[in-house]
Amino acid sequence: MKPFTQAAETLDQELAEKIDGILAAHGGDPTQLVGILLDVEAAVERHYIPESAAYYVSEKLGVKPTQVYDVISFYSALHDKPRAKFTLEVCNSAPCRVKDSDTLLATLKRLLNLEVGEVTYDGRFSIEKVPCFGACDVSPAVRVNGVVYGHLDSEERILDMLQQLN
Amino acid sequence: MSEMVHITVNRQPLEVPAGTRVIEAAKMLNIDIPHLCYHPDQTIKAHCRMCMVEVVGSRKLTAACSTVVWEGMEVITDSKKVYDAQTGVLDLILADHKTNCLSCARNGSCELQDLCRRFNRLHPELPDISSNEPLRIDNPSIVRDPSKCVKCGRCVKVCSEVQGCAALTYSSRSADFKVTTAFDLPMDETDCVLCGQCTLVCPVGALVETDYTNEVSAAIQDPSKHVIVQVAPSVRVALGDEFGLESGAIVTGKMVTALKMLGFEKVFDTNFSADLTIMEEGSELLERIKNGGKLPMITSCSPGWVTYMEKHHPELIDNLSTAKSPQGMFGAVAKTYYAQKMGWDPHDVVSVSVMPCTAKKYEASRPELGRDGYQDVDYVLTTRELAKLIRYVGLNLSDLPDSEFDSPLGIGSGAGAIFGATGGVMEAALRTAYELHTGKTLPRLEFDAVRGDVNAIKEAVIDLDGTPLKVAVANGLKNAEEIIRRVESGEADYIFIEIMACPGGCIGGGGQPIGTNNAVRDARIQALYEIDRSLPLRKSHENPEIKTIYEEFFGAPLSSRAHDLLHTHYHARKKRHDFSHLK
Amino acid sequence: MSKTVCFITRNFGKYDPDSLAGYEAIGGFRALRRALGMDGYAIADVLAANGVQGRGGAAYDMGRKWRQARDVQGAHKCVVCNADEGEPGTFKDRELLTRDPFQLLEGMIIAGWAVGADNGYIYMREEYSHLRPRILSAIAQCEAAGYLGDNILGSGLNYRIHLYSGAGAYVCGEGSALAESIGGNAGRPRMKPPFIKQCGVFHLPTCVNNVESLSLVAPLLMDDEGYYKRQGTPDCPGTKMISVSGNVKHPGVFEVPFGITIREIVYDLAGGMESDEYPLRLVQLGGASGRICSPAQLDTPYTYKGMRQADLTAIGSGAVLVVDERTSVIGFLRMTQEFFSHESCGQCTPCREGNRHISLLLDKVAAGTHTEKDIATLKKFADIMSSASLCGLGETAQSALLSAMKRFPEVFAVKEEVAVR
Repeated sequence: MKPFTQAAETLDQELAEKIDGILAAHGGDPTQLVGILLDVEAAVERHYIPESAAYYVSEKLGVKPTQVYDVISFYSALHDKPRAKFTLEVCNSAPCRVKDSDTLLATLKRLLNLEVGEVTYDGRFSIEKVPCFGACDVSPAVRVNGVVYGHLDSEERILDMLQQLN
Repeated sequence: MSEMVHITVNRQPLEVPAGTRVIEAAKMLNIDIPHLCYHPDQTIKAHCRMCMVEVVGSRKLTAACSTVVWEGMEVITDSKKVYDAQTGVLDLILADHKTNCLSCARNGSCELQDLCRRFNRLHPELPDISSNEPLRIDNPSIVRDPSKCVKCGRCVKVCSEVQGCAALTYSSRSADFKVTTAFDLPMDETDCVLCGQCTLVCPVGALVETDYTNEVSAAIQDPSKHVIVQVAPSVRVALGDEFGLESGAIVTGKMVTALKMLGFEKVFDTNFSADLTIMEEGSELLERIKNGGKLPMITSCSPGWVTYMEKHHPELIDNLSTAKSPQGMFGAVAKTYYAQKMGWDPHDVVSVSVMPCTAKKYEASRPELGRDGYQDVDYVLTTRELAKLIRYVGLNLSDLPDSEFDSPLGIGSGAGAIFGATGGVMEAALRTAYELHTGKTLPRLEFDAVRGDVNAIKEAVIDLDGTPLKVAVANGLKNAEEIIRRVESGEADYIFIEIMACPGGCIGGGGQPIGTNNAVRDARIQALYEIDRSLPLRKSHENPEIKTIYEEFFGAPLSSRAHDLLHTHYHARKKRHDFSHLK
Repeated sequence: MSKTVCFITRNFGKYDPDSLAGYEAIGGFRALRRALGMDGYAIADVLAANGVQGRGGAAYDMGRKWRQARDVQGAHKCVVCNADEGEPGTFKDRELLTRDPFQLLEGMIIAGWAVGADNGYIYMREEYSHLRPRILSAIAQCEAAGYLGDNILGSGLNYRIHLYSGAGAYVCGEGSALAESIGGNAGRPRMKPPFIKQCGVFHLPTCVNNVESLSLVAPLLMDDEGYYKRQGTPDCPGTKMISVSGNVKHPGVFEVPFGITIREIVYDLAGGMESDEYPLRLVQLGGASGRICSPAQLDTPYTYKGMRQADLTAIGSGAVLVVDERTSVIGFLRMTQEFFSHESCGQCTPCREGNRHISLLLDKVAAGTHTEKDIATLKKFADIMSSASLCGLGETAQSALLSAMKRFPEVFAVKEEVAVR
């Protein structure tokens, strides 16, 4: 009858304290759930929200776990699975695409030996295609942990960008 | 009198009260505007877009479910544009729906099938792009089939707005948009209480009860087994719906005949054990009052409610009556008292129950409800599954003659019958508690103050011959939560509370026929009170079989044997995430 | 007529955008003082008299919007600044937030006074999170200086501004989705009615305006000489921020007078095509939800009316995406489709399922294997999306496709070998 269920991971003290701080900074206001979850994700090295952290937020804010899950799954900037330390978000919208971001993407895949959605074995890099992040004046562009790198129209510039990440 | 508004629908003039929605206005002209997400008992969602119609003067189409009429509105539901939009939306839904209709639990009761038949979709325009997501069979009560979900959101609404559980949610976006649980977890690892209200509102086969009809058929065919069945009070006023009878039709005798023709060796009445429950629970209440026990005492016969309490309010464990539910008591009695009487080895008895409820399937699996390596109840069928079995053997319920339940365990009082309606357990208990407590005969049996409305809370003060008894009745778990709030905040000091997880009580249970809505619930409640009124026997403690079983077996209510067989205990459910280890 | 103007952008580079004192030194908050001496309707009238239409995309008459917001009954009302700028190819609000945050805050405070609100919310897209410290600091400075808080400048106005973050969802630019997001929910649009103006953020009456619209308020109130109204054309006065991107020499943000032609935008402001080798194929105006302009339409005047008459998106977000011949029309449409397939909220059938099928059909067109029936199906479901979707996203998702079907019919023509099959 019972299928295999993944065991629930345990929330560690350190992350719990970080979350407490984030909740306090948002005044414990459940309407700020989206912002709170963004901050939680930023506080986790692999840039995601572990299930235990989501349940912790849900309990502390007095909102249903389903609401927290719905929010995490709905917004592109929130994730429920571990990501890389540096996720290279390549703009996939027309303003970058017409400026040949396809070549940029292909170059990144080749340099890092990665497919879109994969994470390098050391957990450092992954590549994601994302919609326009408003850097069309410097297209083709990549966004990494909130920082935009523009004019990536040559392998030299792409390598230069990668070297800045550490 | 509300203000009236003049509109036309397909050029026919119509006067409707202001505030009427277009879909309801059209209904008054017998025009059924196609719909999927719309449900008469729910707030409007306007998601499915099946009900798009034209309103003269509007460039875009209008959703009939969400649009309120205005003076002079001209609605068109029969134009080419409307037809194209409605069939187009239908084709879009179909293309994403796994159409293994012939092997679907909802074959024949599916609203999507109805729409396809209505719109004659012989050649759907779009390719099949439905998902291959596997079935989710992860609990004893409810099966989810995401590949059939049409994303109408009715289940999400009933789960949050009526039950307050919010175990089901939408998630993700665009093509990934779906209905699921938090983190896609198995249902019983979430806030779900397995009440099955979602299965009742799902228009398709995406949420259905776990089916045990094959297991029951096989048991009946097994000559080494004694297969007996009990039928809950509310099934007899709902089963007729499955066979085209009008809502609230009372089919007790026909149902018993059908069960006997199906091959059950003995057909018993859960009304009997409802009376037994009243004896134990009523006595428990009087004892708690007399000896300073934990109050308020809360009923425990609704397994959806019991699970809710165990998951969300374990602090109330000692408030729950320890009396088992009628199903539980019957199961215990059948494999002890009755088996002994018949000289049967309890291991050879297959005890089946027909319940209005999906949570009863879970209840029967509780380890407390069994002994010596067997469960007191082996299989729980919903009203819907019983209808399937009846159809399977080729019977038409409405043509069958009446039969009587087997005896003993076949006589139930009117008090037992009204267990199926919200407020019924309370009323039944009060009838017995009053007479046991005062030694007097009740001047009037009907306790109108606790006869509840669907989806409501009722409070009353009952005069137990000088002793005031503050009571409350709630149906629907959102209402239950409100009662708990009143108790825990000290706002109310009830002595006795009846809680039923489902709206209207068991007659509105999650295992009842598809099509159960609040209007249908009202009709069934009336039918149960009709059964009660028409019976000469209306008090549990006057049931002759109850008297016999106490004389022959239990001695007295709350006796040691009664405690052993008729009472149970509850436990806080382990949470998916527990943060007690944190500093 | 000059090709660019400085009205809303007049403070760019004139002060340190992290310094309230700097803003005050160039005349900041004079408009607020003036506004606090005016009636809310009179302020709405200034907007109406200048013919200001909302800059978020829907081009709603702003004076009328404020008047209605003032009229709505409610003990508490909200002003929302929509800084969710999510239309691909749009980045002018980013410039306003980066280079002149105080002008925006001043506009929001005036809005609060004019409509009778007690709270203002800036809903800023996550992609601009690097601007959060600047905005938060600007709010804090305004609070310390008494421009926000209780009894602002002795006017009796109690008003606070809060910064909320989006998290990567284009649909949250839609007012009711934005309100859901501010409520801590997934940003799925609500059905309407009730409309946001009656039931928006926290189910309170809410007046939603775009960053650019609100940034326009302070300069307009101080525009005693009528500079703004002298810009543009008689039937479409004023200026507009546009974001030019794509295959041009100098992409960027420009403030232009209404009435400039698309050709002037492409060839004069943005320096013309990126490469002489590749001429202009098409221009998409107003973002991904915008219609497509063919080379034959380049002389269309950039006004609401002119664009509408040319069957183009009437200004929209002010995005001008220039595409040269290296990208095919169908290739471009697939890019746009990919965007909507990612951004549909998924709750309503036409948008959720329609996008999936249209993607598949566009793949066929791109491969050249489509039939007449495929094209009819494509058109039918694009139309159903436009007319039957729950919100503006679904309604406009196929604007590019439907306009391309008119302007580039040859792209959809059935190949002979398919036709004979």
